[in-house]
Amino acid sequence: MIDLQGFGPSLLAGTWMTVKLSLASVALGLLFGLLGAAGKTSSNAFARFLGGSYTTIVRGVPETLWVLMAYYSTVTALNYLGSFFGNPELALNPFAAGTLALALCFGAYSSEVFRGALLSIPKGHREAGLAVGLSSLRIFWRITLPQVWRIALPGLGNLYLILLKDTALVSLISLTEIMRAAEIAKNGTKLPFTFYLIAALIYLSLTILVMIAMHFFEKRAAQGFTRNEV
Amino acid sequence: MNWETFFDKWLPKMLDGAGLTLELVTIAVIAGLILAIPMGIARASSKPWVRSIPYAYIFFFRGTPLLLQLFMVYYGLSQFEAVRQSWAWTYLRDPYWCALLTMTLHTTAYIAEILRGAIQSVPSGEVEAARALGMSRVQSMLYIVLPRAARIGLPAYSNEVILMLKASAVVYTVTLLDIMGQAKTISARTYENEFFYIVAALLYLAITIGLTRIFRFIEHKLRVDMLQGR
Amino acid sequence: MRHYKKILLAAAATLAFGTQAIAADKIKLGTEGAYPPFNLIDASGAVVGFDLEIGQALCAKMGSECEVVTSDWDGIIPALNAKKFDMIIASMSITDERKQAVDFTEPYYTNKLQFIAPKSSDFDTEEASLKGKIIGAQRATIAGQWLEDNLADTVTIKLYDTQENAYLDLSSGRLDGVLGDKFVNWEWLKSEAGKDFEFKGDPVFENDKIGIAVRKGEDDLRNKLNQAIKDIVADGTYKKINDKYFPFSIY
Repeated sequence: MIDLQGFGPSLLAGTWMTVKLSLASVALGLLFGLLGAAGKTSSNAFARFLGGSYTTIVRGVPETLWVLMAYYSTVTALNYLGSFFGNPELALNPFAAGTLALALCFGAYSSEVFRGALLSIPKGHREAGLAVGLSSLRIFWRITLPQVWRIALPGLGNLYLILLKDTALVSLISLTEIMRAAEIAKNGTKLPFTFYLIAALIYLSLTILVMIAMHFFEKRAAQGFTRNEV
Repeated sequence: MNWETFFDKWLPKMLDGAGLTLELVTIAVIAGLILAIPMGIARASSKPWVRSIPYAYIFFFRGTPLLLQLFMVYYGLSQFEAVRQSWAWTYLRDPYWCALLTMTLHTTAYIAEILRGAIQSVPSGEVEAARALGMSRVQSMLYIVLPRAARIGLPAYSNEVILMLKASAVVYTVTLLDIMGQAKTISARTYENEFFYIVAALLYLAITIGLTRIFRFIEHKLRVDMLQGR
Repeated sequence: MRHYKKILLAAAATLAFGTQAIAADKIKLGTEGAYPPFNLIDASGAVVGFDLEIGQALCAKMGSECEVVTSDWDGIIPALNAKKFDMIIASMSITDERKQAVDFTEPYYTNKLQFIAPKSSDFDTEEASLKGKIIGAQRATIAGQWLEDNLADTVTIKLYDTQENAYLDLSSGRLDGVLGDKFVNWEWLKSEAGKDFEFKGDPVFENDKIGIAVRKGEDDLRNKLNQAIKDIVADGTYKKINDKYFPFSIY
């Protein structure tokens, strides 16, 4: 490993932290996104209202602020919640707060992608499912979701790339990911440009890796489908 | 929270911050649009070598976080004696110009990609028709392709403006007093973080909703929705 | 075609794992990590410095196990109150404004505020000659506050997230001067980056008492800390740490 005046290993650790943070956020964010899309496409007016407000509010406020609020402003609520489980000290550490904030934002954007995908699935598929006696849940799980997945994948990939860069904001609540690792190295060496450039190269490498992975997933998900159908 | 102090002392500061945020974003997205036009045209070219020229630029600015780019410009460039001796330092020593420069370079990369997409979705028949009427390449680009692309790309451009508005929340890290900077500075004195974060969030939300309305109005005037299909 | 199942499972796991509580049995020391020589992060990622050594000595005296947590400076009081840690030992000045938000122990050292500027500049701390100058300080510090209270109409004040960034801008020439804690300035002036700079004028604010902050009403911990401070001063531990960092006493 390149030493980089002793800061090489901590930058590497920061990179690993960024990867973990982005994966955890995308996992939770997909759940939020599916719920948001389910709300928006629901026949229930209140669910539509909830889904709509979620996207509008989350997309109207900077990611920076969500990160800060998830870390500092969740305390009262969580302490209250924690007291039910005999742990009144329940609170989010920077990793969990960062995950929550980034997932919230990813969810708001991905709910739009999912909504578009849900609407593009022909009604006949659902009717066919009902005709062979499947329950609604099974239809959703077995018929709708696999197709949604295929259609939504390119859009989700782009959102993941955005999320990957937004992880830098979690450095503002002292999680030592790439950005903060570079910041610490900068303070130690007084070489700001050098270490920011290294951080930039790490982000670019991660972007390339994600793009390669996306290509692979999209190919797999599109198995059995001709290109022009999408 | 003392409401009288809030309205007399803190709210005017928050609104000053909103003024700075709007100023930075407005200049950046307009300057970015102008810079992006040649880049977008090059990206949509049929010749691979022309396409590849702006690619490195776009890849760098879309592949790294804005926060990192801002630090590279603000703290990074001052690492070099040569930069500090040059004429550029008159501007680069000022955080306002650094933020503006970074935001413009950043958004240019995104707008160029939006333009590429829009130019490519102008039906080729229209270009062929223009050429058949005896328009030169430049003429058909200026009179046919770009006006069409502008309307096709408008929704994506308005999205980018909102994204820049939210991304601008990181400029407080280089001492600027935008909405976020004011919220941070005020709460550093009052220890009312939660409250001022919410005030900041509401300001951003109000601006986002306002901007969205304005763009919807323009889109409606230009009948953009009629052009979204290919 | 089963990706989404895995992802949903992973999401559920994240929820369960992410909200993991912070265990309450250890004492958590909160500090900043960008304020040499008092607290900084070294190449191995460890937090070191005067504050930390004092903190560890106090923990040893109290017979408690301690763990260090870092936080950005302007969020450090909210983080304490949010129970991210139990005490702040980060060279924090005891001020009336802060006392409304947290409780303080007895001071563990005394600081002063003093300007630094390039050796080559005729920087005078008289108000008249400061007019139009650009002065930097860290946000949410008494230096920043002192500038806002005393020189807001005279100078342009630039507030930074970390003291280190204020120094970076002083060396790059963006700032005409920096107002900060004397000992922190002293440390920076000694360094390679600070060799062309010097103290200017007399300290503008003396008797800046530095204490350890605890959450309001946590008198138990506060009393134990007060006793431990007395003990380490009495048994010479304090002096040993002091001498490691400064050739003069800062108590």
